[in-house]
Amino acid sequence: MDLANRLLNQDKRAAARLITMIENNEPEAIAIISELYQHTGKARVIGITGPPGAGKSTLTDKLAKGLRRQGKTVAIIAIDPTSPFTGGSILGDRVRMTDLYTDPGIFIRSMGTRGHLGGLSRATMGAAKVLDIYGFDYIFIETVGVGQSEVDIVKAADTVLMVMVPGLGDDIQAIKAGIMEIGDVFVINKADREGADRTKVEIEMMLDFNHSDWRPPVTKAVAMENKGIDELIENIEAHMAYMVSSGGYLERRIKNCQAEIIELTQQSLLERLLGKEENRAEIRGLAEKAAMRQMDPYTISNQLLEKMV
Amino acid sequence: MERPIRVLVAKPGLDGHDRGAKVIARALRDAGMEVIYTGLRQTPEQIVNAAIQEDVDVVALSILSGAHNHLLPKVVELLKDEAVYDEMLVIGGGVIPDEDIPFLKEKGLAEIFTPGTPTQVTIDFIKGNLKRA
Repeated sequence: MDLANRLLNQDKRAAARLITMIENNEPEAIAIISELYQHTGKARVIGITGPPGAGKSTLTDKLAKGLRRQGKTVAIIAIDPTSPFTGGSILGDRVRMTDLYTDPGIFIRSMGTRGHLGGLSRATMGAAKVLDIYGFDYIFIETVGVGQSEVDIVKAADTVLMVMVPGLGDDIQAIKAGIMEIGDVFVINKADREGADRTKVEIEMMLDFNHSDWRPPVTKAVAMENKGIDELIENIEAHMAYMVSSGGYLERRIKNCQAEIIELTQQSLLERLLGKEENRAEIRGLAEKAAMRQMDPYTISNQLLEKMV
Repeated sequence: MERPIRVLVAKPGLDGHDRGAKVIARALRDAGMEVIYTGLRQTPEQIVNAAIQEDVDVVALSILSGAHNHLLPKVVELLKDEAVYDEMLVIGGGVIPDEDIPFLKEKGLAEIFTPGTPTQVTIDFIKGNLKRA
């Protein structure tokens, strides 16, 4: 049986192999996803993000277990950074999820960012589609530990869960643009530590400035002790329900598809430009002219673009 | 671009020492590999499930507990049951007496690296013995 049919028949090996092929940019895998695209869109995609060490993996583990108790199946894509120097990586999110390994309703895949910025890997969206076609009810995408600008998850998920911890910084941190603006649901993990209530107040104050109809709920949790998990699942469900009833669900998915189309087109353009040795040589030549101030980079860039499209 | 080699580093058995596993994980990372580290006290079933879902090229098993003659062949057996053994290189490391090595190789472990083996030896072995391109 071919890979496409095996995937439709919920063969985990086929899912795993297709994800590898997507990571390696193999056209055959892209063709299979294109062919099966109408089977996607059923899974609920939850992004889990937050600073390094906030407990994203542990929380993911507990949320997955909570959903399994409700009879739901869960796929987890866990992303860790790739070294820009060696291309290697240590993908360690599984360490927090060992009890899930043999559960047939769970699939866990670790991915390195492989040079992609923004908190995800380039193949994340493709991998999510594979797992959606497979038929998982929920897909969790756990980002790399984020700083203040890794916001790509918002373009990949239906709901973004922002995991915070007490004592990350003063209240100025909370109003910084970027990651704090993308949370649909907030949780303060490690809430048994000092400062959890203050962190909650700070986040609530920041959210007071939001003008959306949806007010992101902020709750406390201690993932290691399984505290606050059921409430968190309820909040995620409430966000989903709101999105569906308000019409925001479709609007978000349209925006996400739009972002994906633009990104894929960008990639193709770049590959078309830099994939050919003659083009790279031409750019080198033009760069020499720019360095000698014989041409300016704006004109060069326009010329290259016109030549390509 | 050449695709990175994916390696599952797992610790079967009940001993709680993962220094060796972490050293090899780090060395493989520095050699440009993607290392999926799974943590302590894994059952063969857990290891094989992880290897399949992660679609790895190499399963590297670190063991210090003395139960290697039981646990390492069990992993190979389960990989064969799942029809993925033909695609995955299975290697072992840790405190394993020399006299046990021929038995383990016969059971499908491609190589056993005992304490003191330079990490480069392991890296070269992996690069030279992958089962799929």
